[in-house]
Order: sequence, then C-alpha cells, then structure tokens
Amino acid sequence: MISMKEVWKKYPNGVMAVNGIDIEIEKGEFVYVVGPSGAGKSTFIKLMYREEKPTRGDILIGGKNLAKIKERQIPLIRRNMGVIFQDFKLLPSLSVYENVAFAMEVIEESKANIRRRVMNVLEIVGLKNKARFYPHEISGGEQQRVSIARAIVNNPSVLIADEPTGNLDPDTSWEIMNILEDINNRGTTIVMATHNKEIVNTIRKRVIAIEGGRIVRDEAKGDYGYEK
Amino acid sequence: MKSRTLVRHVKEGGKNLIRNGWMTFASISAVTVMLLVVGAFLLLIMNVNHFATSLEEDVEVRVFIDLIATEENQDELYSQIESIEGVDSIQFVPKDEGLDSLIASLGEQGDIFETLRDENPLNDVFVVQAENPAETEILANEIVDLPYVDTVEYGRDIFEQLFAATDFVRNVGLALILGLMFTAMFLIANTIKLTIIARKREIQIMKLVGATNGFIRWPFFVEGLLLGVLGAIIPIVILSYSYRSFYGSMGEQTGLDFFTFLTPNPILMQMTGLLLAIGAFVGVWGSMMSVRKFLKI
Repeated sequence: MISMKEVWKKYPNGVMAVNGIDIEIEKGEFVYVVGPSGAGKSTFIKLMYREEKPTRGDILIGGKNLAKIKERQIPLIRRNMGVIFQDFKLLPSLSVYENVAFAMEVIEESKANIRRRVMNVLEIVGLKNKARFYPHEISGGEQQRVSIARAIVNNPSVLIADEPTGNLDPDTSWEIMNILEDINNRGTTIVMATHNKEIVNTIRKRVIAIEGGRIVRDEAKGDYGYEK
Repeated sequence: MKSRTLVRHVKEGGKNLIRNGWMTFASISAVTVMLLVVGAFLLLIMNVNHFATSLEEDVEVRVFIDLIATEENQDELYSQIESIEGVDSIQFVPKDEGLDSLIASLGEQGDIFETLRDENPLNDVFVVQAENPAETEILANEIVDLPYVDTVEYGRDIFEQLFAATDFVRNVGLALILGLMFTAMFLIANTIKLTIIARKREIQIMKLVGATNGFIRWPFFVEGLLLGVLGAIIPIVILSYSYRSFYGSMGEQTGLDFFTFLTPNPILMQMTGLLLAIGAFVGVWGSMMSVRKFLKI
C-alpha cells in the first residue's frame, strides 16, 4: 500500500528532517507514528500526502511514486487519500454539511451523489443531526469528526492523521479513536502521528518511532515508549 | 469541466466581488477612469487617422508640362511617368480646364481672367498620385528631371507637418493608454490578492482534498473578468452619449472642407467592443497575475 525506500528530506534552510527512511505499510493496517517533537514526524507525514517532496528516494502509494509525479498530478493523488489535522481545518463560513460536500464538489460529483454520500458519512461519524450547524456552533470533538467525515467522503484507501487528538480532551479523544478504528475496520489504511501515550498503549497497533529523521523502532502492537 | 461546476465558479466569483466591497469599488473605478481616457483617445485617434487618410489621398504631384511640348511629347512624358515605380495614377488636366477651375475658385473677380481664354498662359498638367503618400517627394524629384517638364509642385511642408502632428497624437495616445492599462491591472491584481489572502485557508483546504489548480483558479478568473467588464460600462455610456451629442451639434463640418468627423455608427460600436475587450483583458490578466503566485502551495 505505502512503501518508502531510502527517503531523505532536506529543507532549503539546510535542516535534515528525514534521513533515509525505509518502510512498508500494508493495506488495511493501522499505524501510529510516535517520537519527540522535531524528530521528523511531521515531515514524514507531509511526505505521504505530497505536501513535501522528498530530496531523495521513492515513496510509492497505491502504485504511484510521489517522488516522481508531476506537480499537476498531485490533486489526483490526494483524491485517493484523506488527511485530518490537529486544528481540523474546517471552513468557518460553511455549514457541517457544506464542509463535507466541499470535498466532493472539488471532484465534480453530482448533487444527488453528494447528498447521499455526505449524509452517509455524517452518520458514520455520528453527526447526522448537526448537518446544518456551523463549525463555531459545535464542540472541538465534533469539529474533528466533521473533518474525518470530509477526509473519508471520497472513499480514500488511506487516511493520514496528523495528531488528530492533539487539541481534544481525553474523553473526546477516545470518541475520535473509536471512529478511526471503525473506519480502519472498513478496510481503510490509517497512518496516525500522535503524542497521546494513553491511546497508543491502550489501543494496541503497530508503532513506528522516529528520532532524528530515522526510524528507531517498528513494532507490531508496540507501546508508546516515551515518558511524555 | 461540467456545467454545474462552471455555474459554481461564476457564483463564487460574483460572491467575491461583494465580499471585497471597497476594493471591488476601487478596482472598478480604476478600470472606469482608465477606459474613459482610453476611449476618448480612441475616438480622437480614429478621427485623426481618418483625417490623415483623407489627407494622404490628397497628396499629389502636379507636373507642369513645358509650353513648347507637342501632343506627342506629352504622350511620351505620360508613359515615362507611368513607368516610374510607385506611381499610382496619372490624370491629365488640360490648360483650359485649369483655367476654368482657377476662374471658379476666384469667384466674381475671376471673370477678369476670361480675357485670357484665347491666350491661355497656363500649362497643361499631369496630376500624379503616389502609391505610398510618404514617397511623394522622391517621386516628384524623379519626375522633375524628365524632358518637357517645366516644374513640379507638391504640398511638401504642410503635409510633412501634418503627418508629424498626427503621428505625435497617435504615439502619445498609445503611451497613455498603455500606462493606464498597467495601473488598472495592478489595482485589480491587488484586489484579487486580497480575496486570495482572505481565502488562503480555503485554497489550502481545496488543495488538500484534491482540487486541481484550474478548479481553484476559475472563480478568480470570473472575478477579474467581472471587474474589467463592469468597469467598462460607465465609460461606454458616457463616451457614446458625448460623441453623439458632439457630432449632433457639429455635424460633419469641422470648418475645413477636406476634413469630416466620423459618423457615430460604426465607430461607437467599435469603441464599445474595444473597451469591453480591454476591460476584460486587464481584469483577467490582473487576476491571473496574483493567483499564479498563490497556487504554489
């Protein structure tokens, strides 16, 4: 599904963020990416949705090499993956429904398809009754659920999550994790960068630890492994 | 692109105009002022061109034939002039006709010259026109050396000055138009930049969910187009109205009988088309200038 081979990333300011990463992630896996701040986690995640281009090496996702694709092919790659963030990245002027529908408008789906599918994913994340609300009218956890709905609305094969519980209280974080597990059970590969020790140690999944831009640990059903 | 997507883009572009309020107003005003000046100069230039063209048609060399020349000599001269490169037409004006027009042009006083009818002191004349009016002088110099040519005459000084003047008006007008176009373009680019900064987050999110650059660019394209076209409306109305009433009060007369103003139809239609085109071009160009930078996210 996802395969990185000898991937290096050096930023224009000289920072070496990723130094030779090799990894294979199978279809349907759920993977935590852990590590101290500034270890290269974020860059690792950004490389996956082609926000950053590797300086060297190959990144294969769904048969496409992200290191070699042309700039104008990036949108097509992104349509096959969902991305969620710590800060949700919702559009404040659009309702919950519109925020999710937006991702389908972009790929020129028909109105009828959009309606059906959006209501469907809102049900999955448990927000069907809040479709008309605006982001500022709902809680942080609900906003994150909207962003998850948006991420999966186009049926991506990979969901990339960059600290999805970073801004949420513990109870809400568990709710989000339940939804992500649910999505994972439906066959979507999930790669999730996190600092949440409790979650990693409770919902046991494969753990990849990154330090100094390298993978220092890769365990199936691993633990968080850091004090904080 | 599907038609519902186009509808979406047009709606979004229109919404942007309203959202940007004052900047939209400022941009449209800039286009309006620019197109007012451009349009006024356009009308001026078109009339000057018309003027110049009718003058150019009047540029001719009058070849006075030697009084001793026989008819055969004249025929010979005719074919010699005809063979010169750049000659467009030759017209023979016999001296009697020359006298007629002289008498006619002098009115009552001209009657005095009726007495000359039997001993006409005038020359027979060939009126020669050059293919290219600017080469009239060269042509005249060649003709003067031919046998049986007494003198040649052409309105050198006046025409040269007039050509210089019309050229000057044309060039100044063009420079002014270009300068104003760039000013308006930058103002529009700035307005759209504001839209984009305000919507930077939205653009970022659009890119994250897989929107192509084309998809993102369209609403801004529409916004620029609307700014330009809306800015063209007021100048078109004002200039059309002014030119019609100016033409109505002046008629075709300018006080110079060889120069007439162009009739409102079709030049007002041409001007309308041109102003709309320039407005649209400036608007679209301005918007594309600012979008290009921001799409490299």
